[in-house]
Amino acid sequence: MAQIFHPSMRVISRASIIVVFLLVGFVGWVSWDMYRSGYFTDVNVPKEQPIPFSHEHHVNGLGISCGYCHTSVEKSAFAGIPPTHTCMTCHSQIWTGAPMLEPVRASYRTQRPLEWNRVHDLPDFAYFNHSIHVKKGMSCQVCHGNVNMMPLVWKQSTLQMAWCLDCHRQPEKFIRPVEEIYNFEYRPPQDQIAFGKELVKKYDVKTKQLTDCSICHR
Amino acid sequence: MLFHLIITDKTVAQHDHIAELEHQPLVAKGESYGSITEKITNDVLETKTPRSMSVTLAVTSMLLLVFVLAIGAVLLKGPGVWGNNNPVGWAFEITNFVWWVGIGHAGTLISAILLLLHQHWRNAINRFAEAMTLFAVMCAGLFPALHTGRQWLDYWLFPYPNTMGLWVNFRSPLIWDVFAVSTYFTVSAMFWFVGLIPDLAAMRDKSKKHWQKVVYGVLAMGWRGSAHHWHRYETSYLLLAGLATPLVVSVHSVVSFDFAVSLVPGWHATIFPPYFVAGAIYSGFAMVLTLMIPARRWYKLESFITDRHLDYMAKVMLATGLIVLYGYMCELFFAYYSGSLYEMFMMKNRIFGPYWWAYAALIFCNGLTPQFLWFKSVRTNVTVLFIISLIVNVGMWLERFVIVVTSLHRDFLPSSWDMFTPTIWDWGLYLGTIGFFVWLIFVFVRVMPMISIFEIKHLLPWRGRIIDTSADAN
Repeated sequence: MAQIFHPSMRVISRASIIVVFLLVGFVGWVSWDMYRSGYFTDVNVPKEQPIPFSHEHHVNGLGISCGYCHTSVEKSAFAGIPPTHTCMTCHSQIWTGAPMLEPVRASYRTQRPLEWNRVHDLPDFAYFNHSIHVKKGMSCQVCHGNVNMMPLVWKQSTLQMAWCLDCHRQPEKFIRPVEEIYNFEYRPPQDQIAFGKELVKKYDVKTKQLTDCSICHR
Repeated sequence: MLFHLIITDKTVAQHDHIAELEHQPLVAKGESYGSITEKITNDVLETKTPRSMSVTLAVTSMLLLVFVLAIGAVLLKGPGVWGNNNPVGWAFEITNFVWWVGIGHAGTLISAILLLLHQHWRNAINRFAEAMTLFAVMCAGLFPALHTGRQWLDYWLFPYPNTMGLWVNFRSPLIWDVFAVSTYFTVSAMFWFVGLIPDLAAMRDKSKKHWQKVVYGVLAMGWRGSAHHWHRYETSYLLLAGLATPLVVSVHSVVSFDFAVSLVPGWHATIFPPYFVAGAIYSGFAMVLTLMIPARRWYKLESFITDRHLDYMAKVMLATGLIVLYGYMCELFFAYYSGSLYEMFMMKNRIFGPYWWAYAALIFCNGLTPQFLWFKSVRTNVTVLFIISLIVNVGMWLERFVIVVTSLHRDFLPSSWDMFTPTIWDWGLYLGTIGFFVWLIFVFVRVMPMISIFEIKHLLPWRGRIIDTSADAN
């Protein structure tokens, strides 16, 4: 009886076993990396905006604090995007004719708000509240990064659940005094963990609750 | 043994067909090594598909379309297309899931436990029963997977390093289910495939067309039947049988935990694991008979699957059926003995409540019908046996329906009481899986040797084993 397979099949058939493992490993590695990459999470990818508003210039250069524009950060779930009026407090006086700012003036004239492109968009099934975080000593900087150095804003954090849990499981690693939340120059002390635990106690952060499903998924 | 043989001679001379049964060979006289290989490989490679089979295939293909449609409806519209409501959040899906998983159990029992117990007669039916197990588990797994509602996220059921920083809830019996069923499928598939290898080589060698040789050749993985090969084969097959054996008990025990771990009256019972396992084997053997009786006739396999085989399977069915009946009686007793208002109400509601007909039919199908199997004349009457197997299949489905729906529809709060009425999609998906299942069985019969060629050769009378009938008659 004639042979069905060429003798090279001896090698090929054995190699195929290894190839299957390699293939599974490769697919696993690619999907692991893809879900954590900037391509998927937009981390470190500056977002285009209708006006190239520079946080670097306004915060670092001019010294305007976060709360000046994002007024509701201490009071509500949403930190707030400033209305055109806020821009015009200054820009009715300076750079009044700058072509770059024409959309702002147009918005002011027509009473139609500027449409910014959202950078941080949490999934709808996660209830996030800015005020509680800020009141308990979570700085803007911890989640949003050094916004004072961003010409156009990008995401510093993945906003993936594992990232939320990093802090919800051990808030003492990131907590700082409430007075320091807007301070980009703040440096944590050497003994952050011990200091953080003190603050957690002081601010009455209920760490046991922080990992309940219903804390975020209501 | 000598004594036994003397008796044999006498009985053969004096008694009729039924009395002879115990002493019939497990492979009919006149078969040989060559004829067995010829017959079984030819059924795949040469024989024209029997007409009755083509007709049944056409019917099941239509059901297969219903299956596709019913899945499509759930994917497009969501589980709202089903009749599930509050409080009956689990209905047909879990009923069907448990029913299908249970059916699978006969295959594993036949292939693993009967192998380890040296029940050689299982050689004739193990291949077919294992295939049935695989297909039944496929159907079973589909129901919870569709019931999740967001089927595209079903991979969340498995613990994998995810971006949520979370593991699955290991304390939930539903996760134990995921492990139990996926392990079961993997081990069954491996067991089935390893057992097929020597036969796939036979198929390769008997094939006439080149592409058939290539396909069977690849699947046979270079089997040449050397002593080395056989040695390794026997070792691995025995090991796999050892692996599969605990699964016969564990899988359905875990499935029963879905219910038993909860606090719902009618579910929260310690008898559930053994009672579920017995029910699983009971329904599984019923399904083997349902499928094998027609297959045996259409493909003329009477000389391999003899009346004696059917008789043995009927006995297993009778034994497990009695355990199941004992379970029903225990449930009654528990409700009474617990003194719990809710338990007693549950039982009363089950028997006299709005679903009384389901409970009555269940007792008829599972309690009364198998009692006929005490009679040898029933066990050897193929037609009657086929009808009984169908009734038992229905009965076992009703059992799960009664457990799932009657326990839920009258829960602790009378204000939330409601009836469950299945919709056309509930029925569509259920009948659809039956179509899918039978269709897969047909495909299997068409492309693979449905009886283990090399194992059934062990049963040839002159090999010396089979003459000692006392070893085989249990």
